[in-house]
Amino acid sequence: MVDSLHRVLGLSDEEATKIGDILKRTPNPLELAMYSVMWSEHCSYKSSRLHLSRLPTSAPWVLVGPGENAGVIDVGDGIAVAIRIESHNHPSAIEPYQGAATGVGGILRDIFTMGARPIALMDSLRFGSLDDARSCWIAEGVVSGISGYGNAVGVPTVGGEIDFDSTYQGNPLVNVLCLGTLPKDRLVLGRASGIGNLAVLLGSSTGRDGIGGVSVLASAGFSNQVDVEKRPSVQVGDPFEEKRLIEACLEIFDSNLVVGIQDLGGAGLTCATSETASRGGVGMDVDISAVPQREPGMEAHEIMISESQERMLAIIEPNNLDLLFEICAKWEVNANVIGRVTAGDKLRILDRFDGNVLAEIPASSLHDDAPIYDRPKKKPEENKTVSSEKLKVKSDVVSDLLSLLSDPSWVYSQYDHQLFLNTVVGPGYDATVLKLRDPVSGLETNKGLAITTDGNHRWCAVNPRVGTKLIVAEGVMNLSCVGAHPLALVNCLNFGNPENPEVMWELSESIDGMAEACEGFGIPVVGGNVSLYNESSGVNISPTPIVGLVGKIEELHRKPPGFELLEGNRLVLLGPSHIDVGGSLWSALHGLNSGELIDVDLETHKVLADLVRSLVSDGIIDGIHDLSAGGLGVALAEMVAKSKFGITVARIPDALSLFGEGPSRVLVSINSENVNELLSRAESANIPTTRLGLVGGDRFIVKDLIDVPKETIDLAFLTQLPNALGVGTVSA
Amino acid sequence: MTATVGVAVFPGTNCELDSIHAVETLGGDGKILWHSTKNLSGVDAVIIPGGFAHGDYLRPGAIARFSPLMSAIAKFAKNGGPVLGICNGFQVLTEAGLLPGALQKNNGLKFLCKTVQVRVETENTTLTRKAEKGMELSLPINHFEGNFTCDLDTLNSLIDHDRVVLRYCDNPNGSIDDIAGVCNETRNVVGLMPHPERACDLLLGSEDGKVLFESLLGSN
Repeated sequence: MVDSLHRVLGLSDEEATKIGDILKRTPNPLELAMYSVMWSEHCSYKSSRLHLSRLPTSAPWVLVGPGENAGVIDVGDGIAVAIRIESHNHPSAIEPYQGAATGVGGILRDIFTMGARPIALMDSLRFGSLDDARSCWIAEGVVSGISGYGNAVGVPTVGGEIDFDSTYQGNPLVNVLCLGTLPKDRLVLGRASGIGNLAVLLGSSTGRDGIGGVSVLASAGFSNQVDVEKRPSVQVGDPFEEKRLIEACLEIFDSNLVVGIQDLGGAGLTCATSETASRGGVGMDVDISAVPQREPGMEAHEIMISESQERMLAIIEPNNLDLLFEICAKWEVNANVIGRVTAGDKLRILDRFDGNVLAEIPASSLHDDAPIYDRPKKKPEENKTVSSEKLKVKSDVVSDLLSLLSDPSWVYSQYDHQLFLNTVVGPGYDATVLKLRDPVSGLETNKGLAITTDGNHRWCAVNPRVGTKLIVAEGVMNLSCVGAHPLALVNCLNFGNPENPEVMWELSESIDGMAEACEGFGIPVVGGNVSLYNESSGVNISPTPIVGLVGKIEELHRKPPGFELLEGNRLVLLGPSHIDVGGSLWSALHGLNSGELIDVDLETHKVLADLVRSLVSDGIIDGIHDLSAGGLGVALAEMVAKSKFGITVARIPDALSLFGEGPSRVLVSINSENVNELLSRAESANIPTTRLGLVGGDRFIVKDLIDVPKETIDLAFLTQLPNALGVGTVSA
Repeated sequence: MTATVGVAVFPGTNCELDSIHAVETLGGDGKILWHSTKNLSGVDAVIIPGGFAHGDYLRPGAIARFSPLMSAIAKFAKNGGPVLGICNGFQVLTEAGLLPGALQKNNGLKFLCKTVQVRVETENTTLTRKAEKGMELSLPINHFEGNFTCDLDTLNSLIDHDRVVLRYCDNPNGSIDDIAGVCNETRNVVGLMPHPERACDLLLGSEDGKVLFESLLGSN
């Protein structure tokens, strides 16, 4: 029976043999279940680990790189920033509200596990097209879930991005980024040490929710129970429990009570106990009878792999136990001693500390011995050579422009984005800007943090390597547009089925592109998450690496320029004019995902980013917008829609110039008196400039191409999402 | 003399530090009041800040009203002590019967976080004595249940006795008669849905909330 059980659990024959070799005996079903979750793609990164090692991860300011719960960087003034991004794609496809809500809960725990107070959430969301009813249902549910959990847990959602494309039909992407701040010297790590120390489980009781493989297990005859119900494998979140858990943990850290702490996420107790033990080079005895259970009759394997939410595992010295209980009682958080740190390297699962040994495994083998696969890669056939056609569609420029406009404020007005009094620039702009405060005193430092998330599957579908470089470059420019310089990058790599060689090729190429860009810009990758098997009905999603960048603003005295256009301002385009339709939003609008991507020249991009940063920090310009999806046309229209005035511009001869996309381009709006200063700075940096026109009136005029009332632009911008997704809550 | 403002904290409250920050920006002292305490000694005014007291389970404010702190606050209010309920704090005050009416779900059935214009309707309250009637303030709102409602007799009484403190210029949530804030009969207890503590810093978008905190701090 056990022989075939490994297959049911998703382990290959080779993996099962390897487990037998490690244990030097046949694993029992509980042990097999523990290996199966820890050696799953989700936990072990077995298909991607080999490739991820190519990313640059170090810099003098990196305190904690990839491999811990979150990356941590030093931002000066004795303050450290913890940051991580994670996907919750598959749960959100099945149960959008809880899938997204528990995604938020999970990423928060990764941050406060490090000793940081979570102060900001961002979401990178991808859904099927807006004309598909199920995709709209998923989008609405996900947004509600983020709103419902994030607002109640008391962490502001300060930015993110949202996109709709048929590639995500049936497989939405929900990537959640969280950032926290901590005093540099309070950094806590997820490791156990000190023989005789105690492992205390904090938070919710453990239930049968989130047991993915276990319903299969049960039906394979593993359990003797006949009536084991097949519970939903999507977890259910409780933001109130999480809020109390956050406050209790931060107070426990302040009182210096823990040796180490680890959140319970994927693979639940199995992961948390084995990770803390193996990182600390110790063993651990776990008494499963001491784990508070939500219902009677739970099996050992269910307790060990349940993914019930809002739980933490703290490792403490026995003499601190009473103080810990006291703090937990104040915050009404359950706390139970469930384990002991032992000498050696064994993770032992016991029924009472003096009772039967149910499992005995070398703790590190669950992690370090997990298989690493160099899966076959294959470059796809070049069947996307429609590029020469150069989009010979007889497009209507005005209606194309209007179709490409979409205001995300319907989404972010549902999120508390102001809590903690940090949000200088909130959602809907190139990058979010937060005041950097001392995490203990709350005092302002007069410095700022900037955060951005970026992704573009259209670029990556055309060329995953160049597309990923362009995404990183866009993130860098977004930070520059608010006056920040980049310090660290986190990524979420959303790809299809890795057993498909073409998907593996995309993943490998994308990682190479990211490595090249990060090395070129000098940005360390401090954390990441890989989400594979994003496919629906056998069709893989377009490759969608999402990057989150955090940067610093050295002096935050005034609000960065933003999108607003002032009457009489001049509009100037900075950067090369090299553009194409390959991978553009415009070509996607016409059903073409084809063509060539223009590669980014990292040196030019850096020079432009420096120029832009200086223009912003010196207060030379009034408005700014990085050119991205939709090109110059969409950037102009977005700025107009966010302003009181229209524009009149020229030197945009055709639709290609309006909608074409290319790297390193920024649109600025500037007082006429400052134009010469701008032009001379650009000239000495060797950055090309194009004077496009001026701000004023109530029409949107692109000479010889477009002449429509400003209200037409505003209406298209404001109404697209509310009309598609629900009752309009947008009022300007 | 510096006014000491007690800021109530229930499990799930999240705007306590922001409220203290606003109080201290304007020269007052902020002091946390844990929900299990009954001791308000040394406190000149009380703020019940925003958040999700007790997770908003059952109804916003429905559990918080039974806390020891709320009975102390009720006594404090009865003795004329100034009490301000912001957002969730307003909901707690209506549940506790210290203010009339109730806050139901927004008419769009969505959570709403954005900045709105409100108009000061009376100068004769603990929160508005330094403001001018008719003055418009730019204040953020951040709520799902902010739709103020009451029966017609109560509404008429509120209007007749000049107890509508703030009205929305452009009603965002369906509140009856555009009401954004009300006071009790003795005008020392005020509840409002907008967050004035989020509007005390131009870099964050508005400092129109300052006049309200100045009123509260100077109200003893």
